[in-house]
Amino acid sequence: MVKSDKDMTWHELNLGCMITDVGNTMQYKTGDWRSQRPIYNFERCIKCGVCYIFCPEGCISRNDAGHFVADLFFCKGCAICERECPTKVITMITEEDK
Amino acid sequence: MSNKPVGMEVSVALSETIMHCDVDVIAAYPITPQTHIVEHLADLFADGEMDAEYIPVESEHSALSACMGSAAAGARTFTATAAQGLEYMHETLFIASAMRMPIVMAIANRALSAPISVWGDHSDVMAARDTGWISIFAENGQETVDLAIMSFRIAEDHKVLLPVFLNLDGFHLSHMIEPVLIPSREEVKAFLPEHIYPAPLHPSKPVAMGECAGPNIYTEAKKQQWEVLEKSIDIIRQVFADFGKQFGREYHLVEEYKVEGAKTLLLTMGSYSETAMTCVDKMRAQGKKVGLIRLRCFRPFPFDDLRKVVKNADTLIVLDRSLVMGGPGGPVMSEVRSALFGRKGMPKVSGIVGGLGGRDITVEDFEKIYDLGEKLANDQSREFAMYGVKE
Repeated sequence: MVKSDKDMTWHELNLGCMITDVGNTMQYKTGDWRSQRPIYNFERCIKCGVCYIFCPEGCISRNDAGHFVADLFFCKGCAICERECPTKVITMITEEDK
Repeated sequence: MSNKPVGMEVSVALSETIMHCDVDVIAAYPITPQTHIVEHLADLFADGEMDAEYIPVESEHSALSACMGSAAAGARTFTATAAQGLEYMHETLFIASAMRMPIVMAIANRALSAPISVWGDHSDVMAARDTGWISIFAENGQETVDLAIMSFRIAEDHKVLLPVFLNLDGFHLSHMIEPVLIPSREEVKAFLPEHIYPAPLHPSKPVAMGECAGPNIYTEAKKQQWEVLEKSIDIIRQVFADFGKQFGREYHLVEEYKVEGAKTLLLTMGSYSETAMTCVDKMRAQGKKVGLIRLRCFRPFPFDDLRKVVKNADTLIVLDRSLVMGGPGGPVMSEVRSALFGRKGMPKVSGIVGGLGGRDITVEDFEKIYDLGEKLANDQSREFAMYGVKE
């Protein structure tokens, strides 16, 4: 884990702001500006993976039961999975209602 | 090399020197009056004399973009442009400096359109003056060659790692045939160490360059960049000194000519400086206390060096070869005035804009410029004067 850029001084920045710990996007929480989140009714799920293919964030993965679930650390709440799911497993709810 | 100068077009001499600097990659797009530089480099490459990659791109924007890729991979990289070509790569100029890409770019300085002018002035580089590049001016063919070699050493110094503009006046320098000593490959090698970029793009040690920075860190990024460019002045000074030791030709951030005892100083940049020297000789012979200073390095701006040199004069006349539209006259004058403003014992600054779009300034013109500048120093009614306008 590198130091968060919130705490870094100008002395500590790498040459040209180069990132040397490549892959550190994994530490970047993109889920904190989400206004709505997906909830699932897995009884209807046919495990087709269409949501996984369409997710622009690439934050959907298969769980132990074989269902596809978004990682809310990264999910921006765009609702593309809801729209694309052929069996209407996914419903978006607003964050205030969760 | 032989120790005899050879008569050679300055563009050709510069290209031969670039070859001797063992450049790895050149990406460039031809534009007058830079064309002879990239044409001759293309010849050297095609004839197998130069062991390098030559990328003939489709635009200047692509030229600098390709250069950035090359520099990021750790290759010694050169390009050249002028006028509209420099402005066409404008947005990439900021990226090259902020990403700390040690690219050397020769600019055969030319006026900007419209109206279309292929002839020389400093409008092009002055429009790019705040892009974070080091900016150095040559006055003749020999200086062009010498400063090219020094530019790589400055750019690639690990305390710098910034790109460099090497300015040579379009036509007045680029197309002039002059006697030039071109240091041999061995001599250049003794001065210019192998270029080792600290963290080049390489699959064995991945890095990410040019990524996004949010409001948390952008200010810090700019502060760091500013510090590095400002401190590069010490490295430039050191490189000039080292070059003098090896080659016997002296360079300074602010060059002086007959400053001793001068009450009126003129400041110039680029090839017109040599005409101004002839004028100083003539006026000194008439007993007039005039001298000349030439700004070698415009970015980083040598504030302290300038103040030291001008402090005993009454008037400092700054000749700008570009015009800041809607501003206080010339960009160099503006910088000089702010360097001296509010400090005790500093000369009054007169701004004169002239030599635009290739118009010559002769020795006689320079005499008139000294007179006009002295009058202007006590004239509060205007910010600057344009010399030689047909009214």
